[in-house]
Amino acid sequence: MQMSLVIDANKCTACLQCEMACSYEGEGVFNPTKSRIKIFPFHEEGIFVPYTCTQCDEAWCMHACPVEAIVLNKTTGAKEIVNDLCVGCKVCTIACPFGTVNYNADSGKVIKCDLCGGDPECAKACPTDAITYQDANWTGYDKMKDYAAKAMPAK
Amino acid sequence: MSWTKKVLRINLTAGTCSPEPLNMEWVEQFLGQRGLATKYLTEEVPPTTDALSPENTMYMITGPLTGTMASTAGRYSVVTKSPLTGAVACSNSGGFFGNEMKCAGWDMVILEGKSPSPVYISINDDKAEILPADEIWGKSVWEADEWLHTKHQDPQLRVAAIGVSGEKGVLYSAIMNDLHRAAGRSGVGTVMGSKNVKAVVIRGSKGVDVQDPKAFFDATNAGKKILAENPVTGEGLPALGTQVLMNVINEMGAMPTNNWKDSVFEGASKISGEAMLEPRDSDGKANLTRNGACFACTIACQRVSTIDPEHFSVQNRDDLHPSYHANSGGLEYEAAWALGSDTGVDDIDALTYAQFVCNEQGLDPISLGSTIAAAMEMYEEGFITKEDTDGIELNFGNAEAMIKCTELVALGEGFGAELGQGSSRFCAKHGHPELSMTVRGQEFPAYDPRGIQGMGLGFATSNRGACHLRGYTVASEVLGIPIKTDPLETEGKAGLQIAFQNATAAFDSAGICIFTSFAWSLEDVAPQLNAACEGEWTPERLGEIGERIWNLERLYNDAAGQGASADKLPPRLTEEAVKTGPAAGKVNGLATMLPEYYAERGWSPEGDVTADTKARLGL
Amino acid sequence: MKHVIIGAGPSGIVAAEHIRKFDQSATIVIIGDEPEAPYSRMAIPYHLIGNIEEEGTYLRHKPNHFNDLDIQLINARVDKIDSVDKMLQLSTGVTESYDKLLIASGSRPVSPPIPGIGEPGVHSCWTLEDAGAIAALAKPGAKVIQIGAGFIACIILEALARRDVDLTVVEMEDRMVPRMMDSIAGNMIKDWCLHKNIDVFTNGQVTEIQKAEGNHTFKVSVKTPDGVTQLDADLVITATGVRPCADFLEGSGITVDDGIIVDKNMQTNVPDIYASGDVAQGKDFCTGEYAVQAIQPTATEHGLIAAQNMVGLEGAECGGTINMNVLDTMGLISCSFGLWQGVEGGESCQLVEKDKWRYLNLQFDDDVLIGATGIGYTQHVGIMRGLIQSEIPLGKWKNKLLENPLQLMEAYLACTQSAAIQ
Repeated sequence: MQMSLVIDANKCTACLQCEMACSYEGEGVFNPTKSRIKIFPFHEEGIFVPYTCTQCDEAWCMHACPVEAIVLNKTTGAKEIVNDLCVGCKVCTIACPFGTVNYNADSGKVIKCDLCGGDPECAKACPTDAITYQDANWTGYDKMKDYAAKAMPAK
Repeated sequence: MSWTKKVLRINLTAGTCSPEPLNMEWVEQFLGQRGLATKYLTEEVPPTTDALSPENTMYMITGPLTGTMASTAGRYSVVTKSPLTGAVACSNSGGFFGNEMKCAGWDMVILEGKSPSPVYISINDDKAEILPADEIWGKSVWEADEWLHTKHQDPQLRVAAIGVSGEKGVLYSAIMNDLHRAAGRSGVGTVMGSKNVKAVVIRGSKGVDVQDPKAFFDATNAGKKILAENPVTGEGLPALGTQVLMNVINEMGAMPTNNWKDSVFEGASKISGEAMLEPRDSDGKANLTRNGACFACTIACQRVSTIDPEHFSVQNRDDLHPSYHANSGGLEYEAAWALGSDTGVDDIDALTYAQFVCNEQGLDPISLGSTIAAAMEMYEEGFITKEDTDGIELNFGNAEAMIKCTELVALGEGFGAELGQGSSRFCAKHGHPELSMTVRGQEFPAYDPRGIQGMGLGFATSNRGACHLRGYTVASEVLGIPIKTDPLETEGKAGLQIAFQNATAAFDSAGICIFTSFAWSLEDVAPQLNAACEGEWTPERLGEIGERIWNLERLYNDAAGQGASADKLPPRLTEEAVKTGPAAGKVNGLATMLPEYYAERGWSPEGDVTADTKARLGL
Repeated sequence: MKHVIIGAGPSGIVAAEHIRKFDQSATIVIIGDEPEAPYSRMAIPYHLIGNIEEEGTYLRHKPNHFNDLDIQLINARVDKIDSVDKMLQLSTGVTESYDKLLIASGSRPVSPPIPGIGEPGVHSCWTLEDAGAIAALAKPGAKVIQIGAGFIACIILEALARRDVDLTVVEMEDRMVPRMMDSIAGNMIKDWCLHKNIDVFTNGQVTEIQKAEGNHTFKVSVKTPDGVTQLDADLVITATGVRPCADFLEGSGITVDDGIIVDKNMQTNVPDIYASGDVAQGKDFCTGEYAVQAIQPTATEHGLIAAQNMVGLEGAECGGTINMNVLDTMGLISCSFGLWQGVEGGESCQLVEKDKWRYLNLQFDDDVLIGATGIGYTQHVGIMRGLIQSEIPLGKWKNKLLENPLQLMEAYLACTQSAAIQ
């Protein structure tokens, strides 16, 4: 069963537990600036929007990588960075139209959401179910796909 | 771990920023945040120092859990000598400023001396600078926040700033961070203003480490589970915010009304948390848009609210900051009470507007509302007239008058400058000090101690002046946490108050929010600290640290002339019986509780910390 | 069905793999003229720095990857295409037939017409072989002159600087990276280089490279508006741009303009012959015109579409690729997208922070983002592509961006997640 991260901004309180869980899992430190998931607050509109990679089928990042350093995890569906192969050329960071692959100057490599190998820490840390990890067939996935489609380059 | 062990000392007189090591010996005794900064204060600032002189020092400090994944671990405190009370001031705030300080690699930022001209402090990891603030001096917190974000071109920059009230010497000015969060009480913003500091901005990229990650995740997850399953932290606070209390406290007859003349407010339900959920006629929206969280908080009690666009306070007001016409930090219980029931105002949009003004200009709504309420009583009694009030008809229930006063205090102008001195000074000046509902010159929070007896003792002995956040026996007397006690009885309240005061001091020193204590005891905090930090942190040790902190604060206050002589309540609470409601006929039994309290504290019958107690606590 | 692909770069490899995906039984042959396993030029600078071994530049890492996919690799140059008999003449003397042909021969560096350009010790930096030669000559203390300050020139700067050479860059235009950066950005990158102790001559022209006697190999004459300067050099690197490798198409009947002209199916004017990548003049999303882009993402996208058409998939069309680049000039990261120069009648906003080495420039047509330039930004930069290519109307967010371009991420989220935000 394919699982995916389902995000419901209406439930988000911007506590940043997800960012800390992510940075700890990825970098071994509580540091929101190192998180692969980010919360964007809209103060005037009164909403907080969690944002990360949707592991889109098109995998722009993966196809743009010149050295095969982004690979599909066939179990989770995640597009994962292979750190040993990533040379830090950053082509994926401009190729991803969702802006969810970012360069990390400290490591000289790029980082992106890898679904933590199938047990995403952000979803576990979220106290309000704004981020859940669910069966991709669940209806929320369609909502997310719609959103992804809207943001996707015209073909 | 999990202290950065680094302090940034900024001497504003000399214009220097110097790093120094954190005193880890004091950490052993005082843990962090409230306790540790108080230790620094007592060592560095003589108790008789004029709070608004350059000789006073201000400590912005995090706790060991600040910046970690422990629930609510985004707290920081401002410790200094209070210009309002003359006693120790310690104001605690959430938002995202504390964790950013920790992320930048600092446990504490110390501001000492006084800058010759308006400045702000910019901290970016190791780099600290004192920069000119002439362009934002005279601007509101929100305007300064925008200017600073634009100047630094960094959306993630965290800003703590004072409003105009803090510059103008309003004695209960707050330091606001992240637009809506406040180190609110005792005039810590006034001290910052007296140093010519408009703001402190921080950006940290270093992150925070913990000692034993596996144990830490287990401990914090266990803690979060307890919070989620607790009816207060898991349901009441997220759904209704602090305003969950409005109807509860009113129904038990402990809702101070019309400057504490009454203890039941007829309009309470109209200004309650429940009322914030009701769709209004104009646009069909509710006052509350959603709840929000401070850093790492899994409770999320923050209100995100709008004002009714057709309300008089905002209609045709192009002069207002755009946030008044959009979502902003909404009404809290203490603001709703002080600006509402205490002034007899039951207009929820007027209160939301006043709350926004307090956020924008950095004001403590408790002291503000209570001072306006005292002035209203003086006005109705004829002790002051329109000539004193800049022409404002200052009657209870007059929402326009409440708003006008709020705006004037926010700018420190005219009658507002006088109200800005707080109710103690205001009432004394006009010849009726008995109408000031204060202890140590600080205004009461929203719990009538005639209906909740233990709180009377708490107010009277609170080291920072009347306060609900020093020993919240409401938890026991009203909510039954950890055990239900009778709110109308005095028996056992001395021990209860001491237990709450000590535990609270430990919570406040750990880097977490006191609201967790609805669900957590020190037994739940200790494993989180133990996993995060070096050293052994047992519940017993934390309790002792709490007691040590309390006694240290007391000793400082004694020397500052705010010790036992100030352990008293206004006559209205000890002599005038409640007129209506469940507490009718009751006065507060402070005289009964206080001697027990002194004895159980190990203090002399006169209320002095004894040599034995000092020795026992290593003070 | 026999598919032959000329060129073992990213475009050719992606095409071959996709042909295999769609047709299990086809014969697939890739002809490449470099001896190494198929590799990425993008990775050469990192190889030159020493971050990766030669293997790290390879496009595919699995042993026997091409064998397993039954893709045959031939190391040869194609000298001639006979499109009537569908036959290729190879440099090895043999011929190779095809049913469908993809020309993905890439590009090669332009050699500027400078006296002495052919001397040993003057190198371009384009192939692994070049990288080896440069590495051998770029010894600590060596004087190195780099002609050109374009994309490739910039990405190898760090590799050279780290070798402790004494480096001078000469660029004809008034700024660095003139074909992907506007004046402010190009000059900020120049200042950055100066700040990193690299000499940069803009508006400069190398007029002659002379063999020299004595301590250094060359005397290089550089003409600037201030006059002519003579510089010593031990190594001269030419990095003055690239052009499509299309010389061998002479007589093939394939129409070549700047590059090979293709339609939206990546097909040339000759039946059964397709072109992709650096050599192809494909459709540009932003201008609607056909132009050579010579960038990695376009190469792979072309390769994919060409493959789909070669196996006869209906509706596989290139709607236009977006010109975009990301550049790391000794740690200063810059990028540009689409019509970063803007269009007539459009609006723009910019944020210049010279002290922080940051720059952001956004170009709009009506309320649609059409181009962008950034320096010093590495987080969420892909949304610039997303906004340009999805042509999402920004509505009220356009004015917010004109006031503060840094709200780009918020604008993106608000416009793509409008259901949640309003």
